[in-house]
Amino acid sequence: MEPKLIGDPVDRIDGKQKVTGGAHYAGDIKQPEMAYAVLVMSTIANGTIRDIDTADAEKLPGVLAIMTHKNTPRLPGYDANKPGATALGRVLHLLHDDRVDYSNQPIAMAIADSFEHAVDAANHVRVTYQAKTPAPGLPTSKAEPFRPQKLPRPDDPVDTQRGDLNKAMAAAEVSFKQTYHTPTQVHNALEPHTSVAIWEGKQLTIYQATQGIFPSRERIAEYFALPPENVRVIAQFVGGGFGSKGPVWADGVLAAMAAQYVKRPVKLELRRSDMFGMVGSRSATSQQLDIGASRSGDFLGMAHRSLNQTSVFDDFSEPAGILTRVLYKCPNQEVTHRSIRANIGSPSPMRAPGEAPGMFALESAIDELAYQLNMDPIALRLKNYAETDQQKELPFSSKSLRECYQQAADRFGWSKRLAAPRSMRDGNILIGMGMASAIYPTIRDEASAKIKLNADGTVLLSIGTQDIGTGSYTAMTQLAADAFGISPDRVTLRAGDTRQPKTPVSGGSRTTASAGSAVVQAAEAVILKAKQLALNDLKSPLNGQKESDMAVEKGRLFLKSDPKKGEALTALLKRNGGNALEASTSSKSGEEKEKYSMYAHGAQFAEVRIDEALGEIRVSKLTGAYAAGRIVNAKTAHSQLVGGIVWGVSMALLEHAIHDPRTNRIMNANLAEYHVPVNADIPDIDAFFIDEKDEIVNPAGVKGIGEIGITGSVAAIANAIYHATGKRIRELPITPDKILSFTA
Amino acid sequence: MTDNDNYMVDGAGRRWFLKQSTALAGTLLLPPLATPSSALPGTVPAASSTARPITLRVNRKTYKLTAEPRETLLDLMRNRLNLTGSKKGCDHGQCGACTVHIDGRRAYSCLTLAVMQQGRDITTIEGLGTESALHPLQAAFIEHDGFQCGFCTPGQLMAGAALLREGHTGSADEIREWMSGNICRCGAYPGIVAAIQSVKKGGTPG
Repeated sequence: MEPKLIGDPVDRIDGKQKVTGGAHYAGDIKQPEMAYAVLVMSTIANGTIRDIDTADAEKLPGVLAIMTHKNTPRLPGYDANKPGATALGRVLHLLHDDRVDYSNQPIAMAIADSFEHAVDAANHVRVTYQAKTPAPGLPTSKAEPFRPQKLPRPDDPVDTQRGDLNKAMAAAEVSFKQTYHTPTQVHNALEPHTSVAIWEGKQLTIYQATQGIFPSRERIAEYFALPPENVRVIAQFVGGGFGSKGPVWADGVLAAMAAQYVKRPVKLELRRSDMFGMVGSRSATSQQLDIGASRSGDFLGMAHRSLNQTSVFDDFSEPAGILTRVLYKCPNQEVTHRSIRANIGSPSPMRAPGEAPGMFALESAIDELAYQLNMDPIALRLKNYAETDQQKELPFSSKSLRECYQQAADRFGWSKRLAAPRSMRDGNILIGMGMASAIYPTIRDEASAKIKLNADGTVLLSIGTQDIGTGSYTAMTQLAADAFGISPDRVTLRAGDTRQPKTPVSGGSRTTASAGSAVVQAAEAVILKAKQLALNDLKSPLNGQKESDMAVEKGRLFLKSDPKKGEALTALLKRNGGNALEASTSSKSGEEKEKYSMYAHGAQFAEVRIDEALGEIRVSKLTGAYAAGRIVNAKTAHSQLVGGIVWGVSMALLEHAIHDPRTNRIMNANLAEYHVPVNADIPDIDAFFIDEKDEIVNPAGVKGIGEIGITGSVAAIANAIYHATGKRIRELPITPDKILSFTA
Repeated sequence: MTDNDNYMVDGAGRRWFLKQSTALAGTLLLPPLATPSSALPGTVPAASSTARPITLRVNRKTYKLTAEPRETLLDLMRNRLNLTGSKKGCDHGQCGACTVHIDGRRAYSCLTLAVMQQGRDITTIEGLGTESALHPLQAAFIEHDGFQCGFCTPGQLMAGAALLREGHTGSADEIREWMSGNICRCGAYPGIVAAIQSVKKGGTPG
């Protein structure tokens, strides 16, 4: 059967709003009498506040209040301020005590009638500290590593062993051992975290820049000891998140506290510098890879031991080793995660958390081993191709990585690559080609949706989910339209609001698999009602037929064995009183999760051009093939891949939040010195999908695509840099000084 | 504002008529703004004694108001003129989300004090085109998916529209170079370049 509109490059349904300035983000919300809050941040990383003097600030024009730990009313649910069961519930600093646990921690909040007055007041708050020496993070830390209690996803064990690693390594003909370092990174979504909080009695409405309106609602309700239904969180448009708006951070709670304190609606919009600490980061890592192989390239043993950093008050362990468990065939293996504590803001998930730094290390190591074995990097990967998930001892629901390697290699022109490092050049420019595998788990959470089929054939889809820029609103609309075989412009979507059916956080590439499956199942439930209506309707041409013998296409219900026999859904509904058919479903994964291992796969290739004298690195070509089940929208899905690959360029070459090891302050807390790519850094990107049908994975048949792009591109670029220069850089970001250095 | 206020940024008074995207699209019914900004007073007087009367001309409309010398053009437009299309990503002239045109030239409105802009012609994204009368570059951004979250998009579009007029669209690399004052964290750069090239090829503005 033709997949109809699914897969077509449909324009975003909110495209016109976004290009005209008509899309309303949280910071665009205005309220009568709205006040503005601005935070005062700590300038030490460890110690206590000795005194906080607000007298001058309070006298300034327009100032409504300065909230500090001395006057802030205690939140009734503050006891719940503990590490959450998931990565979403973090420990927050909410002006409740004099502790300073990291630099750039919120320690006071100025609230005034205008933004300018609030900034002025915040600048006039004087703080003295009792400072202690801060514990530095990686790589400076000398702290004793500890075994974290859990990794962010409950399905991932902290440590795994299989086979007999020591025996395998002792027997291996070829052995490899190296350590890779990745830096602290900060998400830096272009939209700062923003909340507009409005109290009406015990009802709280928050317009918020969040990846998860429901987790935010629940956590904020918990702090204020309110039933969740008293809190409404609205996220119409979200200006990117990349993980930083997934956990519930202090900003939303502080906005609600401020609004309650001054008895006016309050907008709290973080300043860019505020975003370096209190809203998460990607942990720095130090990862040791040991591989034992036969001379012909079979992996016999493999160890991936990863060290990460967390804060002194919360637990988050970057799960860098998890993909090593599943990507290659290797009978003897050990993967471990350890953490150190530092006086830093809590790390948190950032686009492909764990997977991105972990795959840089693993795929660099495989590349190094390929040179050591004098094998083609693709051939070495194919020799160790995992036909099953050896860790879980399960088959894959589908896996098309072989096809990805082949098609990407063909389109990239891998056959033109000369195998030896430093063997390709164009005048003073060294040319390098590298590749890496890409992989990302398919995650699905419980989600619900409501669909109403009106007698005029239009559909109303209600689903809570926010769209953080991925195209979720468009994809949900398409899935509903597809179920009835109607044009997406016949579907009206209500979304981005906790008053709509509950959906999970938009993170872990899970929205289409989770919320999309709920849409598909809600549509199926409505169609079932239509079938029952028809088979019981004496006037219907389908009277007396079996439900399972009927199908819907192009808004028409018909008999599969005799498609001429049928009628339009509108005709059926009109004849039966013109009432709408409505169904709500809650959808979650079932036994397929116990029976199958589910991953999207890809192969990423990169070409770099490096000025031999200056060490300047330009990425000149990026080609990637990806297999991710059914693609709902070719246009937005392609943009997701491209975005992920751009993030790979960024991680490989640019991003580094630099801590001064003496003070633990971030020295580049702004977008001029914390480098992210600009247009001139990004070449044409050839990213494409391989056809892959997966009827096991979930009802929507989709795998996540938001993060896989970064999992291969970092190592592909690092490997290309080695191929160009003969110099292996094992510490990100790979900058010109490292290329030129003779010690690397 | 009405569609009649929708002029091309070169000040020549040319109006771009409907260029609707032909692709299918659904309808988005988002939760209402608790108080739509249109219901609020258009201009809110600044409270401070340092405020002084100024006259600003934005999108061919004239605003008489008082402003404090320290108010940036961006904050004033966003907080007091209900022109929230220009975005604040960094407030330091580092990201480009606040890009507007002042007398036809690109400017970061977060680095621009409002009191210094009297007598100048300011154009924001709201003046570039509307949903029913998109500027060709706005239509091209939709067609080529030159954005994801949309937050940097108003600034990208204002930069791109200026680029087309300035003639810095000779090659993809030239476009990349001249569009590098606007960060897109979603990484939609290839779509942005393709969109600008398609309008350039169409030969519309020039």
